[in-house]
Amino acid sequence: MALKAANLKVGDKHTERLVEDLKRTQIVQYAGASGDYNPVHTDELFTKEVAGYPTVFAHGMLTMGMTGRMLTNYVGDGRLTEYGVRFTSQVWPGDTLDSTATVAAIHDGLVDLEVSTVNQDGVEVLKGSAQARVD
Amino acid sequence: MAVGKFPVEAGHVMMFARSVGDDNQIYYDADYAAATECGGVVAPPTFVQASAQFDPDYFLRPKVGEPWFGSGGSPTGVKRESSGGGGGGGGLHAEQRYVYHRHPKVGDLLTATTKPGKTWEKEGRRSGKLVFSETVTEYRDQNGELVVTATGVGVRTERPVDQG
Repeated sequence: MALKAANLKVGDKHTERLVEDLKRTQIVQYAGASGDYNPVHTDELFTKEVAGYPTVFAHGMLTMGMTGRMLTNYVGDGRLTEYGVRFTSQVWPGDTLDSTATVAAIHDGLVDLEVSTVNQDGVEVLKGSAQARVD
Repeated sequence: MAVGKFPVEAGHVMMFARSVGDDNQIYYDADYAAATECGGVVAPPTFVQASAQFDPDYFLRPKVGEPWFGSGGSPTGVKRESSGGGGGGGGLHAEQRYVYHRHPKVGDLLTATTKPGKTWEKEGRRSGKLVFSETVTEYRDQNGELVVTATGVGVRTERPVDQG
């Protein structure tokens, strides 16, 4: 499962589709599992009329969580040493997200990755980096 | 956030993995997980965020006997001062970083302590003045060993983020 340093080179990419046509129900699932019940993620009436957005939107942490799935699928379970992101645009119901890890460096039994998640319009919604142990 | 007891439980890991669309058996099947390098069910990379469930004072969860600001018969249950924030309750999440000293496993009993970090301001193109604030949370295990260091950055906006 884990990556082998000998098989990696800078610029290698791993891409996965994180979600197609994001459903409000998945956002509700994430609210329930994470414990973040901010109404802007699940409560259409509040979000439109009080918060001032066109509809509910995903927790940034849902996008980070799904992007983390791409990373663990690539580097193996329990291999991440660091993972950090910036949330660069909101994610809405109906969005389709694709995420890519790009090898930036290989050193000392570790791989440094650049991480980017984009929506169906090519807008980057999450940008970050990760580091993982490799064999 | 201060969390005295954050037990890493199998059912919670399962629900969390489902919610991020991850069907990797490392999160569901203890027998499968036991035979892997991890040696047991581990938590997904962002799972420690769910320590909010175990924070008695977490403000984004309805609590018994307290008003809740989400909608009921009217769009909000609590008249709040217009504080901007851009996220309805407490602003938006701008950044999140984790350092894994090891990965939490089912059976761990973690504690979390949070310290404030830097704050800074910036003029935003789509939402007016932005005020950023950082918090650093240390998750330690039942032996007092550091497991995960989490750094979060929240942002309060002057107005909702323009969708144009």
